Amino acid sequence: MADLSTDFVGIKSPNPFWLASAPPTDKAYNVERAFEAGWGGVVWKTLGEDPAAVNVSSRYSAIYDSYGEVSGFNNIELITDRSLEINLREIEAVKKSWPDRALVVSLMVPCEENAWKTIVKEVEKTGADGLELNFGCPHGMPERGMGAAVGQVPEYVEQVTRWCKQYSKLPVIVKLTPNITDIRYSARAANRGGADAVSLINTINSITGIDLDQMTARPIVDGKSTHGGYCGPAVKPIALNMVSEIARDPETQRLPISGIGGISNWRDAAEFISLGAGCVQVCTAAMVYGFRIVKEMQDGLNNWMDSKGYERLTDFQGLAVPNTTDWKYLNMNYKVVADIDQDKCIGCGRCYIGCEDTSHQAIELTPQADGTNRFDIIEEECVGCNLCQITCPVEDCITMVQKDTDKPYMNWTQDERNPFKDVS
Amino acid sequence: MNSITAVPNTPSENALDELFKDINPALTSRQASFEASRCYYCYDAPCVKACPSDIDIPSFIASIHNEDLEGAAKTIYSENILGGSCARVCPTEILCEQACVRNDEAECAPVLIGLLQRHATDQAEFSEHPISRAPTTGKRIAVIGGGPAGLSCAHRLASLGHEVDVFEAQSKAGGLNEYGIAKYKLTQNFAQKEVDFILGIGGITLHTNKALGQDIHLEDLSEKYDSVFLGIGLQGTRQLNLDGEDHPAVHNAVDFIKALRQAKHTEDLSVPKKHAIVIGAGNTAIDIACQLKRLGTEEVTLVYRRGTEQMSATGHEQQIAKDHEVRIKTWSRPDALTFDDNNTLTSMTFVKTTLVDGKLTDTEETFTLPCEAVFKAVGQTLVTPENEPGLPQVTSGKFQVDASFLSSLANVYVGGDCTTVGEDLTVEAVQQGKKAALAIHTALMSEEK
Ligand SMILES: Cc1cc2nc3c(=O)[nH]c(=O)nc-3n(C[C@H](O)[C@H](O)[C@H](O)COP(=O)(O)OP(=O)(O)OC[C@H]3O[C@@H](n4cnc5c(N)ncnc54)[C@H](O)[C@@H]3O)c2cc1C
Ligand SMILES: Cc1cc2nc3c(=O)[nH]c(=O)nc-3n(C[C@H](O)[C@H](O)[C@H](O)COP(=O)(O)O)c2cc1C
Ligand code: SF4
Ligand code: SF4
Ligand code: SF4
Repeated sequence: MADLSTDFVGIKSPNPFWLASAPPTDKAYNVERAFEAGWGGVVWKTLGEDPAAVNVSSRYSAIYDSYGEVSGFNNIELITDRSLEINLREIEAVKKSWPDRALVVSLMVPCEENAWKTIVKEVEKTGADGLELNFGCPHGMPERGMGAAVGQVPEYVEQVTRWCKQYSKLPVIVKLTPNITDIRYSARAANRGGADAVSLINTINSITGIDLDQMTARPIVDGKSTHGGYCGPAVKPIALNMVSEIARDPETQRLPISGIGGISNWRDAAEFISLGAGCVQVCTAAMVYGFRIVKEMQDGLNNWMDSKGYERLTDFQGLAVPNTTDWKYLNMNYKVVADIDQDKCIGCGRCYIGCEDTSHQAIELTPQADGTNRFDIIEEECVGCNLCQITCPVEDCITMVQKDTDKPYMNWTQDERNPFKDVS
Repeated sequence: MNSITAVPNTPSENALDELFKDINPALTSRQASFEASRCYYCYDAPCVKACPSDIDIPSFIASIHNEDLEGAAKTIYSENILGGSCARVCPTEILCEQACVRNDEAECAPVLIGLLQRHATDQAEFSEHPISRAPTTGKRIAVIGGGPAGLSCAHRLASLGHEVDVFEAQSKAGGLNEYGIAKYKLTQNFAQKEVDFILGIGGITLHTNKALGQDIHLEDLSEKYDSVFLGIGLQGTRQLNLDGEDHPAVHNAVDFIKALRQAKHTEDLSVPKKHAIVIGAGNTAIDIACQLKRLGTEEVTLVYRRGTEQMSATGHEQQIAKDHEVRIKTWSRPDALTFDDNNTLTSMTFVKTTLVDGKLTDTEETFTLPCEAVFKAVGQTLVTPENEPGLPQVTSGKFQVDASFLSSLANVYVGGDCTTVGEDLTVEAVQQGKKAALAIHTALMSEEK
């Protein structure tokens, strides 16, 4: 049995699975159920100044895969709609009953020194383990100078982080909004402000779809809608890239990361950790399936680590970072070509039509006497793009086989064909 | 117009329906959406090649997947205007679904093409007939026989701008869809709803109770019309050649099914109570056996002179018989019927058979089964109408046609069961009718030039 226990910027938890600041962590009732189910920690639903936020009715919308499972989730909720005092009282009580779990409190107040000073002092009194600064809420709050508006201006990120570090002894995690062009600028700002860690991503500005009868985006509030924040499995690739950008950036490569975005199972979590995350946070998967998913997450991660001989999370944390590089450092002399396992091929023709219409005409169709077709790779034409492998519905039917080119490693900066060879 | 199935049923139609619920019920929208997502949208798809009527299956399934049921139904109707009944009666296990690539991978289960076709054709809602008519050509064509072949031919001709008169011997059109297909395959008066739907294109006039050889004659029609299509199916049945075969308790299965399909109440039929024997090995034999079971006959024994492997009924159909608790007795040949003093049928005697050097041979062994009725399902044959001298040439029992379904007579085309071509299936009849229509169109239009 691998050891899943986590020490993230001094915050200890029995496993790396935390619930992200969102409805699952909105109040004591939910959080206690989560801890009973086995979650290692929670980031409490974002607190703000009183009076508390007010939410509309009809708040979520989603997109689905062809099996009807939620693949992307969108919400137009604000931060907590309960008073600060009740939240603080519950946080204190929950931390007392669950001392071994991580309890971090998410905060969002106006971009003024006094406001942050006051609230971090209040939170400290509860015995919570840390602070998460929410600069990422994409809707509602920016209009009041909070959330994404702050997160989009690196100077504000740095300033607010500095205030929090100045007025509180608690570890400060800065939650980054993905609604920017280059995530490294906000991460560097948090780092300069003294952040202990960053967490990412928060939700992405989104419209999940339009109701074509009502001509309104979803979710619909009395005939109107507004953009929301996108999360769930669909955002995982975007989150992974942003995590890797921060993990690879010379300025922030030592900055601890709490990975968030579309994590639904142990494998997703392992991927974030392999890109450097020290713990992970989950929201949508818990909302769609309930807290019980953490059991399979822990079991799966454990079994996989055992199979690989990893004893603790740090054994594989960040191992994929050095292998994630800039395009220009990829080996121009590496070559793969597609190979079809004729015993597995069911003759659907998808590889063929994709390659023929949109790629390199590298698959040959030969009609057979029985009316079926046979498909063969024309090796000389195949550029090794993976398209056929992606489109083939049969597992392991098309494999990409490495071809010996008898040439040494050579990247684009060394390549004669590069017109900017000397400057790149 | 709404969807085909939206037409309500009259209460009297429902009396027998309780016993004959749909054997393969429709998918719900949710099921259809999942099933549609299983289709790989194959390129040059094998299922299309296996559909006798050339329906673009991946395209219509993709339309279902994209929630465009009207688009899906139009794709189906553009090749097969009887797509609704074909979805219910086609032996998909030997046609499209047998060819589906998903049989060959780990799941080993084809996409349920038939049920998806039914979903599209049942649920699509059209405000007008989905297939439009070309500008009128002024050409007139006579179609003899209002079965699947005739209706398909008439519809295609109408869509190409011709005027069509359909002459049907029975009081209703539909052919075996109305009078022959098992009652649990075409429920809720679907055959007539479909006929109305097909006629909805316009340009087709249906004349019922008009039989070739009695009310109409080929020579007259050939004179009055620019072209003639013949789709009269197979009206005869093979005989066993046993003494007493003309006894009222010895039925032709197709006649009994015809009565059943038209009956409103069980009392309208003479249903054997305890024992019935079915002779035959095709789908008709299976159909009659299962329908008798549903009507309440306690023991139904299907007897075939060869083994199950040689039965022409598909594996799927044989399974349906087993599900209905029909007893299947193989390697047994009918030998004699026995009647008591009141001339009531009491039993039937069989000789056991075996293969000797590949030839079916009698053994010494015989056995006798008690029965109140015997149902013969040993095949249908072409009956050329009497008083109809100038008919096209018949070869090996059926009308001979060329690749464009032209008969031995100029301007007389033939399609469906009564031709020498293809298997006797609804979908095959539809295709032949369609192809003949296209050939007629080409011929008439080239005459114009
Ligand atoms: C019991 C039974 C069950 C079957 N089950 C299936 C099944 O499950 N699936 C399947 O695919 N196929 C099935 N078939 C076969 C299918 O029904 C036929 O292949 C199909 O109906 C052939 O169509 P058709 O238009 O050629 O002939 P028919 O359907 O026989 O239509 C011929 C039409 O011509 C009319 N007609 C005949 N003589 C004259 C005349 N002299 N003048 C004017 N009109 C005339 C008839 O009244 C009829 O309306 C079954 C057949 C039988 C007998
Ligand atoms: C309904 C809803 C409300 C949320 N509210 C907050 C919030 O108050 N504060 C915050 O920092 N993030 C909030 N989030 C963002 C989540 O914490 C998380 O960053 C995001 O959902 C991505 O993770 P996921 O893909 O696992 O859902 C919210 C998300 C959802 C779905
Ligand atoms: S989950 Fe359903 S029942 Fe519960 S609050 Fe939301 S809308 Fe109401
Ligand atoms: S996509 Fe795969 S299964 Fe389909 S034809 Fe190509 S190799 Fe065969
Ligand atoms: S063969 Fe099967 S998977 Fe392929 S297009 Fe036809 S129904 Fe779809």
